[in-house]
Amino acid sequence: MTTFLGTPTFQAGAGNIRGTESFPDAARKSLADTQLRANLGAATTTIRNKRIAAVAEVDDWEDLRRAGSALKADVMARLPELLVQFEENVTARGGAVHWARDAEEANRVVTDLVRATGSDEVVKVKSMATQETGLNEHLEENGIAAIETDLAELIVQLGEDKPSHILVPAIHRNRAEIREIFLKAMPGIDPDITDDPRALAMAARAHLRRKFLSAKVAVSGANFGVAETGTLAVVESEGNGRMCLTLPDTLITLMGIEKLVPSFTDLEVFMQLLPRSSTAERMNPYTSMWTGVHPGDGPQNFHVVLLDNGRTNVLADDVGRSALHCIRCSACLNVCPVYERAGGHAYGSVYPGPIGAILSPQLTGTTGHDDPNASLPYASTLCGACFDACPVRIDIPGILVHLRAEQVDSERRGLPGGQDLAMKAAGFVMGSEKRFAAVETVSKVGRVLGGKKGRITSLPYPASKWTASRDLPAPPKETFRQWWARTHEDTTR
Amino acid sequence: MRIALFATCLADALFPECATATVRLLERLGHEVVFPPKQTCCGQMHVNTGYQAEALPLVRHHVEAFESGPSWDVAVAPSGSCVGSVRHQHAMVARRYGDESLASRAEEIASRTYELSELLVDVLGVTDVGAYYPHRVTYHPTCHSLRMLRVADKPLQLLRAVRGMTLIELPAAESCCGFGGTFALKNSETSTAMLADKMGNVLSTGAEVCSAGDSSCLMHIGGGLSRLRSGVRTVHLAEILASTEKIGSPA
Repeated sequence: MTTFLGTPTFQAGAGNIRGTESFPDAARKSLADTQLRANLGAATTTIRNKRIAAVAEVDDWEDLRRAGSALKADVMARLPELLVQFEENVTARGGAVHWARDAEEANRVVTDLVRATGSDEVVKVKSMATQETGLNEHLEENGIAAIETDLAELIVQLGEDKPSHILVPAIHRNRAEIREIFLKAMPGIDPDITDDPRALAMAARAHLRRKFLSAKVAVSGANFGVAETGTLAVVESEGNGRMCLTLPDTLITLMGIEKLVPSFTDLEVFMQLLPRSSTAERMNPYTSMWTGVHPGDGPQNFHVVLLDNGRTNVLADDVGRSALHCIRCSACLNVCPVYERAGGHAYGSVYPGPIGAILSPQLTGTTGHDDPNASLPYASTLCGACFDACPVRIDIPGILVHLRAEQVDSERRGLPGGQDLAMKAAGFVMGSEKRFAAVETVSKVGRVLGGKKGRITSLPYPASKWTASRDLPAPPKETFRQWWARTHEDTTR
Repeated sequence: MRIALFATCLADALFPECATATVRLLERLGHEVVFPPKQTCCGQMHVNTGYQAEALPLVRHHVEAFESGPSWDVAVAPSGSCVGSVRHQHAMVARRYGDESLASRAEEIASRTYELSELLVDVLGVTDVGAYYPHRVTYHPTCHSLRMLRVADKPLQLLRAVRGMTLIELPAAESCCGFGGTFALKNSETSTAMLADKMGNVLSTGAEVCSAGDSSCLMHIGGGLSRLRSGVRTVHLAEILASTEKIGSPA
């Protein structure tokens, strides 16, 4: 099918979706941080178990997942027409729609809109799209202060840190660390504050109230945009979002083009899938929906910026495109054994974990095996826990395998590397039972490496990557094939 | 029933006791086992590392190996991941290169290929295979058996019927051990961190034996336990099920 949206054919995504080093190199650093591993292990275990309980309460969970998946597949199949319909409905109700090809364009549009209001401060609703484009940094460069109002985003912002989780961006911090961050960066805080969660939350609340009441402009993302009505929806837990969406005069929403649903009633499916998958709640505390502008009620100026930033490239890959079905619940992060150990920063992108491993490299495209994002599809054991947890049934392991094949194929014209040669050699040996049997016989000299215990403890590179922490059994005296020939020879015909 | 053994390359070359146990077990249950001699490797490592072009000849070779040689009713492999590869990857690889005829031949073979616990419980209808294994055992349900093949608790049904054995539940059993094929080399530090947690859980059970249905995962867990000199052994499910009270050397 055609996916032409009126923008040039290849528009690579940019912004905070590509790290500076490969996943193994970045993971090595976080693995050495024992505090980080303890924080992450405790948090993901808790939320993982809560999610299982919340999902078990729903009798038709599998049907809901299939409905969510089918709805998203429909959206992807006719995204161009739905986007146009959405634009028409937002405009008809007094909103303005802007189109942004990439992160830079989105940041420029939003900054110009804020500038036009004369304000030098915006309050922000937690938004992955603005994290993706690096909007806060861009606003700051242009003399506009962007204040995160979600508690965890505020912790990350005040700590001059980076988010490490889609839903819980400060998951890598414990409360003692949060107290230190607040003491250092929050003006007017009680210097004797304890690390009691309530005390910390109340301090953040007092700090944020002042900002809510003074800000003239708010910037949000969107969980959903409804094509048939031009409605936008934000789902949240703390109520800070609702303050931002109702108090300021101007509201600017940055939304990825994949966030659409066709009709208002489609929200019923996602409003059941999302809270249980993300926060393990039956229902999230605050769901805000807004449609256009209403005189005397809420923001009087309303803008939507539709962000591509590589999404049409993802759409063009018929296997990889279902990565766009993601509703950013982060259930896959919480069940991923690799994320749990390596942490979110190792993925280099604002989208970490299994979904990040398939989304980030597709959004940016990859420039070769040295591209940090080219290492992401390999940052998985293909254990499949992510697929089981995904509320919209994205086949993450399948897409990982697909992206690995694309990566290998894209490099075939160059000189073969060590891995290419090893795989070709293994393919050659396994391509014939005679060659395989011959190599099995030769490999038995490896028995001397095993010594009396039959245990190989040290091998040269690259096998040393195994023996650094694990023994290898020495080859047996007799292979299965030989045993079979000895015991069953006359029966093999 | 005439059962074709897909020994898997790893069991053939490094863990023959797992394949010989599968043969002894099935023969003890009164079935005829045949070994299609052309077989080598399912190509899973190639597919999972991105080398699908290199996997294509292996898929073709596997299909030819099981089409030629002795006739058979069903095929079995003592490995969840290799059966997962046959069932979920072979036709996909063939189609990627436009070989629809190979894809349908691969699908025919896959439709009659089972992982050991599936074969025993679903096809042969036995959960008590008459085994005797007087040890404390904990069981790791490997990811591909669990989530690719959905074998659910079939291995545990079989183990619960083993006489003389104490089966101890493994904490966080469904967490990956960190093997993941070439992941163990490409991301060796993360893999080692996952293994450390898996080993901690195994040791916490006080079991003498950690069992699983995949030699590859056992190679990983066993490699770590051996490095720790923990004294805990790794034993494939097939070997436990093949053990009986009869004294003497099997086979």
